[in-house]
Amino acid sequence: MNTSLISVAPVSYYWQREDLLRFYADIAESAAQVVYLGEVVCGRRHQMRLDDWLALAHTLRDAGKTVVLSTQTLIDSESDRRAMHKLVEKALAAQFQVEANDLGAVRVLQGQSFIAGPHLNAYHGGTLSWLVALGASRFVVPLEMSGSELQRLLAEIPAGLQCELQVWGRLALAFSARCFTARHFRLQKDHCEFRCIEHPDGLPLQTREQGEFLTLNGIQTQSAHCLDLLAQARDVYALGVHVLRVNPMSQGTLAAIAALSTERHPDVPLPVGVGRCNGYWFDRPGMDWVETA
Amino acid sequence: MEPVRRTMELVAPAGNLAALKSALQAGANAVYLGLKNATNARNFAGLNFTEADIEAGVTLAHRMGRKVMFAINTYPQPGQTALWQQAIDHAHALKADAVILADPGLLGYARERYPDLRLHLSVQGSATHLDSIELMFEQFGIQRVVLPRVLTLAEVERLTRQTRVEIEVFGFGSLCVMAEGRCILSSFATGDSPNNQGVCSPAHAVRWVEQAGQLDARLNGVLIDRYAPGEPAGYPTLCKGRFLVEDELDHALEEPTSLNAISLLPRLLAMGVSALKIEGRQRSPAYVAQVVSTLRAALDAAERDPARFSVRPDWQAALARHAEGAQTTQGAFDRPWK
Repeated sequence: MNTSLISVAPVSYYWQREDLLRFYADIAESAAQVVYLGEVVCGRRHQMRLDDWLALAHTLRDAGKTVVLSTQTLIDSESDRRAMHKLVEKALAAQFQVEANDLGAVRVLQGQSFIAGPHLNAYHGGTLSWLVALGASRFVVPLEMSGSELQRLLAEIPAGLQCELQVWGRLALAFSARCFTARHFRLQKDHCEFRCIEHPDGLPLQTREQGEFLTLNGIQTQSAHCLDLLAQARDVYALGVHVLRVNPMSQGTLAAIAALSTERHPDVPLPVGVGRCNGYWFDRPGMDWVETA
Repeated sequence: MEPVRRTMELVAPAGNLAALKSALQAGANAVYLGLKNATNARNFAGLNFTEADIEAGVTLAHRMGRKVMFAINTYPQPGQTALWQQAIDHAHALKADAVILADPGLLGYARERYPDLRLHLSVQGSATHLDSIELMFEQFGIQRVVLPRVLTLAEVERLTRQTRVEIEVFGFGSLCVMAEGRCILSSFATGDSPNNQGVCSPAHAVRWVEQAGQLDARLNGVLIDRYAPGEPAGYPTLCKGRFLVEDELDHALEEPTSLNAISLLPRLLAMGVSALKIEGRQRSPAYVAQVVSTLRAALDAAERDPARFSVRPDWQAALARHAEGAQTTQGAFDRPWK
C-alpha cells in the first residue's frame, strides 16, 4: 500500500479570486494532506493579498490540511524582497511552515523548519546537508532529475530530511525578467493589464508544425505537456519519497489526487490539446512520453 | 558606506589558450576559463583547457599582473561530486585567482578545504537580491557575485550599496533571457541542460534540414526555426526560436540579440560595480581580441572622464560585428519592455 503523502503545489497561474477559492474548497475535500499556498510567479498579481492567503491557510488547516506558504521564485526587485520577508514573518507567526523558493528566502528562514523548494538546485547530498544545517526539513527534488539519479541522491540524503517529488502537472522550466504574456500582447511588463488572468492554464506555445511544446505563464515558461508519473507512484514511494506533489491545472488536478490516493490509475482527463510527458523519470528529455505497462 | 570605485575589472572569456592570450594582450584584467568536462557551463567539444594549457595561461597572466578565474559553475549530479571537487583541487593547485562556483555543496567544500581561495558566486547561482547574496557571504565568504541578467540598473545600484560583496555584471555578449541556473528548457527538449551537463541547446541535438529552399533548424526533432531562402540563420538556441502563440509566429521568448552595455559604463562605474564580464567562451580568439580591446578603450575613457564619456561610432561598429543577429540591447538593465 502506498503511504506517501499527497501535496498540492502552489497554483502557478493567475486565477480569478472566486475560481481560486472554489478550487481550494475542493482541495479541502480532497485526499491531499499537504497544501502549498501563495503567489510564486509574479509580484504584480493581486487578486489575493498576503492576508487573503493567510486566511485561506487557516481555513485549510481547520479542514485538516498541513499548510505551507510558498515564497516567490524569482525575486528581482526590492518590493518583491520585502514581500518575501513579510510572508515569512506572518506565516511563522501563525505557525505555518514556509517553502523557500530561492536562496534569499533560505536566509530569512534559517533556524526555522522550512521546505526547500524545487528551484534551489539541490542535486546532491552535500547541498542537502547544507540545507538541513540551515533548517530544511523537506526538499523538493529538482524537476530534471531521473528515477535512477534520485535513487543515488536518496543514498546521500541526510538523516531525517524528507523528500518530495512532483508526479503530476506541468513542469516549471524557466523564469525570466521578462513577462512573455505581456510580450505576446505587445504590452509593457509594468502595464500588462494582467492579461494572464484570461489564460487560466497559460498560453500555449507551439512549434511551426503545430506541435505542442511550451506554455507561457507570465515570467514563467512551463512545459506544454503534463507530467504524469501516476503509474510510477508505487515505485516512487518505494524509493523513499515521502510526499508526492501535484502541480495544479484548471482541469484534472482533483482526479490526479484521487488517483494517487486510491492507487487506481484511470486516465486522468486533461484540458484539450494537453499531452503527457514523463521523460525525465526515465533518463530521457523531459518532453518525452515513455509508455509503461 | 564604501567609497565609490573608480575602476572596474574587465573580465574576458577564454575558451582556449589562444583566446586567453588574445584577451590579455587586448587588455583584460582577468580571464575566466573551464576544464574540459561537465564541471563548467560551456562544456563544448573542442573548447576549454588541459592542465598544461592552464599552467601556461596562469603563468602568462601572472607575469602580466592579470588574473585567471576558474569557472566550476555547474551542479554535480548525485554520486558525482568527486569530479567537481577535483576541479576545485586543480584550480587551487594551478594557482587560480578565484573560482566561480554556483553549487552550495561545492562552495562549502572549497571554503573548508582552501580558506585562502577566493570564491565568486556564478551567475548560475541565481542570486538576484540582497538576501541571497548575503546568505552566500555569511555561509561561504564569497567575495564577488556575478549578477543574473534580470536586474535593472536601479536594482544593481541598490545592491552595490546594500552589500559588501563585490558586484560583477555582464557587459557584452549573447543574452540569456532566463535567470541562469533556473532554466531547464534545454534539458526538457534534449535531456542536457546547463545545470546538469554544462550545455544549452547542445550541438549534438541540432539538425539542419534543407527542403525546397527552406532551412529548418531542429533541436532533438523540435522545430526551433525555419528560414526562408537567403534569410540569415542563427544557432538554434531554444529560447531564441520562432514559435506560434495564438497562431501568431514570432520570437515568443526573445529575439536573437546580444547584450551591449557599453553606453552604461560611466553609470556602472559610478554605482561601484567591481567588474564587467564579457560572455563568449565558445567564441574565437578574434572575437575576444576585438571585443576586449573595444571595451578596454571604452572603460579607460569612462574611468578617465566619466562626465564627458560618449560611445565612439567605431566602438559600436566593432561590437556590432560580434553581436548575435547584429542586434544589441541593454537587456534587463534598461528594460525597454518594462
